[in-house]
Amino acid sequence: MVYFLCLVLMTMGLYCLVAKKNIVKKVLGIVIMDYAVNLYIIVVGYKTGGVAPVVEPGMSEGVLERFVDPLPQALVLTSIVIGLGVLALMVSMCVRLYEKHGTFDMSAISKLRG
Amino acid sequence: MESITPPLYALLVFMIVGSIIAIETRNLLSAVISVSAVGFALSVAFLFLGAPDIAITQLVVEVLVLIILIRGTILIDNTAIETHRDTLAVVSSLIFFGLLLGFGAMIFASEGFPAFGEPLMRVSKVYVQTGLPATYAANIVTSVILDFRAYDTIGEATVLFTSIIGALALLRRDGKVTRREVATA
Repeated sequence: MVYFLCLVLMTMGLYCLVAKKNIVKKVLGIVIMDYAVNLYIIVVGYKTGGVAPVVEPGMSEGVLERFVDPLPQALVLTSIVIGLGVLALMVSMCVRLYEKHGTFDMSAISKLRG
Repeated sequence: MESITPPLYALLVFMIVGSIIAIETRNLLSAVISVSAVGFALSVAFLFLGAPDIAITQLVVEVLVLIILIRGTILIDNTAIETHRDTLAVVSSLIFFGLLLGFGAMIFASEGFPAFGEPLMRVSKVYVQTGLPATYAANIVTSVILDFRAYDTIGEATVLFTSIIGALALLRRDGKVTRREVATA
C-alpha cells in the first residue's frame, strides 16, 4: 500500500510533466517525480522496527540485525544532490527561454521558429 | 515498538494532496510553495523511515529548491497561462496513467515482491557487519558512500559538476556577443 501511494505520487508528477503547458509547471512535475522515486527507494529498504544504521558506543551485538538497509540510503543521498544540480540546469534553461521568447508557454514557444 | 505505518500514511496523503494543489493551482508561486511543502513532508517521512542523513540532506536541498525556483522563474513572470486545454490529450493521458497505476498495483501485490518492512539486504548485510571494523565509520551510510561505493560518489560529483557547468554556461553574461555588436563590427 505504501508502494502504491508512492506510485500515485510519481504518476501525478508525470501527469504534470505531460499535460501542463507552463514550463515551470513541467519543472515542478519533474521535482515531484524525483521526490516520489527517492521515497520509494527508501521505503523498499525499511525494516519493521528498524533503527537508523549508526553504531553507537555501548550498543549490544544484536542491534546490527535491526538496522534498516543502508545501501538505498547511500544511493538516495546521491540522487537528491544530483536532483538539485539538474533542477539548477532546468531553471537556467527556463530563464534563457523566457529571455528569448518572452513567455513560459510551451505551445507558444514551439510555434516560434528560431 | 509502535508501528510507524499511521504517520507514514498521513505524510503520504499530505504529500499527494500537496502535489495535487501544486499541479492544479493557477498561481505559480503557490504551486512552488506547495511543492516545497511536499518536500518538507518528505524529509519528515525520511526521519520516520530511519534515515536521518537523508532527512537532513533533503531539508537543505528543499530550501535551495525553493530559493532557485522563486528567484529564477517566479520573479520573472508569475502570470497563469489562460489557453484552452486540449481535451483529447488530457483524457488519453488520464487513461494511460490509470493503466500505469493498475499494472503497478498488480506488480506490488504479486508473489516474490518483498513486502513493506522486509528488505532483502543480501548485499548490505556485509556492509552492516563489516562497516565499523573495516572502515572505522560509525555511520554505516557514510562508510557505504565514502568507502564501499566511492566510485558512485565520484560519478555523483561528475554529474553535479557537469550540470552546474551547464547552468553557468547557459546563464553567463561575459563574453557574449550581441547581434548589434556583430552588425557594427
